Amino acid sequence: MPDDRHSPDASARDRIPALRAEGVEKRYGTVRVLDRVSLAVERGEVVALVGESGAGKTTLLRLFNRMVSADAGEVSVGGRDIETLDPVGLRRSIGYVQQEGGLIPHWSVLRNAALVPRLRSMSSPTDLAAKALELVGLPAETFADRYPSELSGGQRQRVALARALAAEPEIILLDEPWGALDVITRAELVESVQRLLHAIGVTALIVTHDIPNAIRMADRIAVLRNGRLEQVAEPETIRSEPRTRYVADLLERAGARSPR
Amino acid sequence: MSRPRALLAVLVGSCLLGTGYRDPPTLQQRAVVVASKTFGESYLLAEIFAQILEIRGIPVTRRLGLGATEITFQALRAGAIDVYPEYTGTGLVAILGQTPEGTPEHVFRTVSRIFRERWGIRWLPPLGFENTYAIAVRPESARADRLRTLSDLAEVAPGYVGGFSPDFVGRSDGLAGMRGSYDLRFRDTRSLMQAVKYEALAEGEVDVIDAYSTDGLISRYDLQILADDLDFFPPYHAAPLVGPSLWRGRPDAVRALTELAGTLDEEVMRELNRRVEVDGEGVALVARDALAEIGLVDGPPVRLGADDAGAGQSLGAYLWENRNQTLALTARHLLLVIVSLLGACLVAIPLGLILDRREQSAEAVIRTVGLLQTIPSIALLALMIPVLGIGVVPALVALFLYSLFPIVRNTYTGIRDADPAAVGSARSLGMTDRQVLRLIRLPLAAPIIMAGVRTAAVITVGTATLAAFIGAGGLGDPIVAGLALSDTRMILSGAVPAALLAFLVDGALGLVERALTPAGLKPGGS
Repeated sequence: MPDDRHSPDASARDRIPALRAEGVEKRYGTVRVLDRVSLAVERGEVVALVGESGAGKTTLLRLFNRMVSADAGEVSVGGRDIETLDPVGLRRSIGYVQQEGGLIPHWSVLRNAALVPRLRSMSSPTDLAAKALELVGLPAETFADRYPSELSGGQRQRVALARALAAEPEIILLDEPWGALDVITRAELVESVQRLLHAIGVTALIVTHDIPNAIRMADRIAVLRNGRLEQVAEPETIRSEPRTRYVADLLERAGARSPR
Repeated sequence: MSRPRALLAVLVGSCLLGTGYRDPPTLQQRAVVVASKTFGESYLLAEIFAQILEIRGIPVTRRLGLGATEITFQALRAGAIDVYPEYTGTGLVAILGQTPEGTPEHVFRTVSRIFRERWGIRWLPPLGFENTYAIAVRPESARADRLRTLSDLAEVAPGYVGGFSPDFVGRSDGLAGMRGSYDLRFRDTRSLMQAVKYEALAEGEVDVIDAYSTDGLISRYDLQILADDLDFFPPYHAAPLVGPSLWRGRPDAVRALTELAGTLDEEVMRELNRRVEVDGEGVALVARDALAEIGLVDGPPVRLGADDAGAGQSLGAYLWENRNQTLALTARHLLLVIVSLLGACLVAIPLGLILDRREQSAEAVIRTVGLLQTIPSIALLALMIPVLGIGVVPALVALFLYSLFPIVRNTYTGIRDADPAAVGSARSLGMTDRQVLRLIRLPLAAPIIMAGVRTAAVITVGTATLAAFIGAGGLGDPIVAGLALSDTRMILSGAVPAALLAFLVDGALGLVERALTPAGLKPGGS
């Protein structure tokens, strides 16, 4: 175990990655979903995890809130080995947005957004929820009492984002947060998510197959292929210097890179 | 009574207080339970037993129309009833499994000895008349095919359809034995209830039926009885069959019943049966007249004509006249439904929740519970008798078992299929499994669970009418009695309220279902 994990001073703490996977392996039956994957997300960084369906993106994402546990390798959050953390407490401390929102259908918008502050017994959950709703562009006075079935797809995703942010977590995990939206709604949402994440300085790991938008908003891109990381780099680097043929083709197909 | 049974009885008993049902406290004061089988003469004889006991100051509980031989005899052995009218031949053949032979007196001596030795059950002195099976055809068939005897029938039987009571079909001194002795080969045979047998014969649906020689309906339909020229059907005495505890503990009751010995001959019996089965007079009234006629009760026989609860009365008037009884039966019926349904909910909903955590065994358990549903209700009720006796308790248990399946199945699938995206994201945000169950899956499953309860309730309201067969009361009472006495109005006086009750219960539970549907899921929204 690294020594810096115990009682780190402030500057050392800044150097510890918010999320870190080291040589992680995961199998479902005989299928190897993750193969010796190592990835570190720095504090305040927005990293997009891209790749084709079945590449292992969601599995890798869910390692970090212990919804999935690794067969081999190490996963740490804020420098602490995830196996030493209580899973429920860990999940409450990390924001999470899933595809199509996963809002609780019989709860109002406000109650949905106040979920995590309530679970964490914070002092004024509804104030936090209302604040988060404002942040994502849904004024509480208009939307608080609506039910998910009364919202558009884009609004539902915004509520899901507000729910993930209401308890003001340092880390947020997003699984295809705009995957089910039409192009126009998606563009609007990506725009506001980008501004929001950078504004509040939260560490974010976003799973998406939408490469152009990933390039637009992420600090770094991680390309996953059949359970292995092909390249992790800044958008500019990955566009100009794709490390493998696969990465180049992937970008090309997504229209994010003109053919040579 | 075993401990769990006593507990159950106390539980149910306390539920039933206030509806007029209670188990009398001590043996000495206990009412004598008089039962009958499900045909007219048995009703009439049992009512005569009940009235002579009451005239002699002994309280009586009536369980008339309890069931076929198997059910009444099992109930007597189990001590659930004290006395019912039985025929010596039935005792010999159907209960002891022996072949009928010898004179009626010889048969009586044989059954008396064996019943006493084997079960402590006593045959009191016979009532005086002999009864036996009689095979009847339409007079037109008799003329056309020149039928006078069963041997004549054997010649033409391949063109005949037989309609026989279930009792007769299953007995070696009934259809099976008769077929062998006369070499009868019917084109087809059907099992028919007493109430529809005569109608079916008159309408030509069947061509030959079984009846009793003292039957009142024979003259009503002007049927031709075929002579038993090979003496296959032995003549039977009818007598009170008395259980051990009554014999030992209640000499006064035994004495009262013995007063009836030899007082009813065939002619009197046929006449009494005719009044019940053909004229539609009330059993209680005819029984009272019979006791007056044989001098066991003071005062002249009351022969009622037009102002009797007679045959010409409309259904509406009949229902109105019996409204108090119908209300009481409905209340009892509703109670059977509510108690069994509540019990089923208390077991089935937790069971559904447990199964959610045991996916591998869930399907097997649900299928097993579903199997219970495939047991015919009458069979399930009959299976209860050796274990739980007759009356309310076994009926509640049977109804409870029937209600389990829809509730377990809906609870399990409702919980399992509750919005996977909402459940997944809630867990990812740090809800514990208990919180997910309580706050998300249960509320979302509530309308589906309630739909299962509704299904169970409607099934139970219907099935509870069959509870009358084991003496649990309810709206099945007039249905069973009406079937036995061929009284359509009586049948409808139970069937119509039962159907209305099913509607009302379903509607009421529908309101509960709507109330339990969480806001945000209701169609139309806010």
